[in-house]
Amino acid sequence: MDEIDPERLQRALDARAERELHLHLETTTGTYSAMGPDRVPACIAFARNVRVRYLRGAVRGTGPYRVGLKTDGGWVYGDGLTHATETDDGALLMAGYDERGRLRMAFQLSERPFREGAA
Amino acid sequence: MSAAAASDGTRRARETGPEAVAGDAAKLPSPNVHGPVARRHLLVVLPHPDDESFAAGGTIAMHADAGVPVTYLCGTHGDMGRNMGTPFFAHRESLRDVREAELRAACRILGCAPRLMGLRDKTVEFEDPDVLAARIAGEIRSAGADLVITFHPGRAVHPDHDAMGEATVRAVRSLSEAERPTVWTVAVGDREALDAELGPPDVVVDVRAFGARKLDALRAHASQTTALFARMEEEGDDAEALRAQMERAGTVEAFRTWAA
Ligand SMILES: [Zn+2]
Repeated sequence: MDEIDPERLQRALDARAERELHLHLETTTGTYSAMGPDRVPACIAFARNVRVRYLRGAVRGTGPYRVGLKTDGGWVYGDGLTHATETDDGALLMAGYDERGRLRMAFQLSERPFREGAA
Repeated sequence: MSAAAASDGTRRARETGPEAVAGDAAKLPSPNVHGPVARRHLLVVLPHPDDESFAAGGTIAMHADAGVPVTYLCGTHGDMGRNMGTPFFAHRESLRDVREAELRAACRILGCAPRLMGLRDKTVEFEDPDVLAARIAGEIRSAGADLVITFHPGRAVHPDHDAMGEATVRAVRSLSEAERPTVWTVAVGDREALDAELGPPDVVVDVRAFGARKLDALRAHASQTTALFARMEEEGDDAEALRAQMERAGTVEAFRTWAA
């Protein structure tokens, strides 16, 4: 993954507007965060392969970045994004990593469903 | 086990081995098992790539070296972990293949055959436990396993660990007496508290001859353990506790026999 170039990311978001997509949205503290120095209870959520279609997507901020997608009836939002890449099969992967390279957020869009199951 | 995930040194040290607690490494239980126990097949049933090395790497290598077939039935690909390597080299979608390759390398080092069930990391507790148990029972039967190692249900910290242990003991319960293997469980957490609650482990395997291989297998899980090994080289109490725990991990592995 590369550090986010906001102009390039904006173009990638524009290219995917008004298309039927699969969304993977996730934030994570890690399952063991309650055992960390600050005893922060785990706070983890993910939704994978949710169908989404947005009218307008935008990247904002000066890094870490925010991305918002305005859908027909609502919003998809993420704050804390540091890295992005487009895969060979056309998925746009955005992520937020902490200073030690651990994932804090994943925000991903793909026309094809994200991999699931044993295969 | 994703032991490298927690960030406090003392607590981190606690996760470097089952029942590892910083500061009491001196109180090693005396080993009472010095050679292979399974005769036909050892089946290890845990949810994540790296659980096998942390929980039973020495015991796996001991059996493999004695010519006993060993299979690691691994529930998930560890594909929802947050450790992506240090410095990071993986992302959410590539982590699955990264961890599968790491698992295959670790299994080559230990001498066991990996079998991946393909469940999604973090979701094991939401699967139908009877369906999971039936799959595991099928694996026990087809392998002809006479010894199974899994997590101690309800005493393994991570929800996937607890759920995999629960499904495995259900699987064993569903088998006829003739098919039923011995089950050893791995409890995770504060050793003194676990001993007080469950009694001390009745199986303590002497893994000294396999300690180096166990560490090599842990290193093979690079996306998860590079940071851990780096911290071991640091100065201070945290690193010292970590080194003590690694030394313990290369000396004994403790289990409790599950009464099916
Ligand atoms: Zn695990």
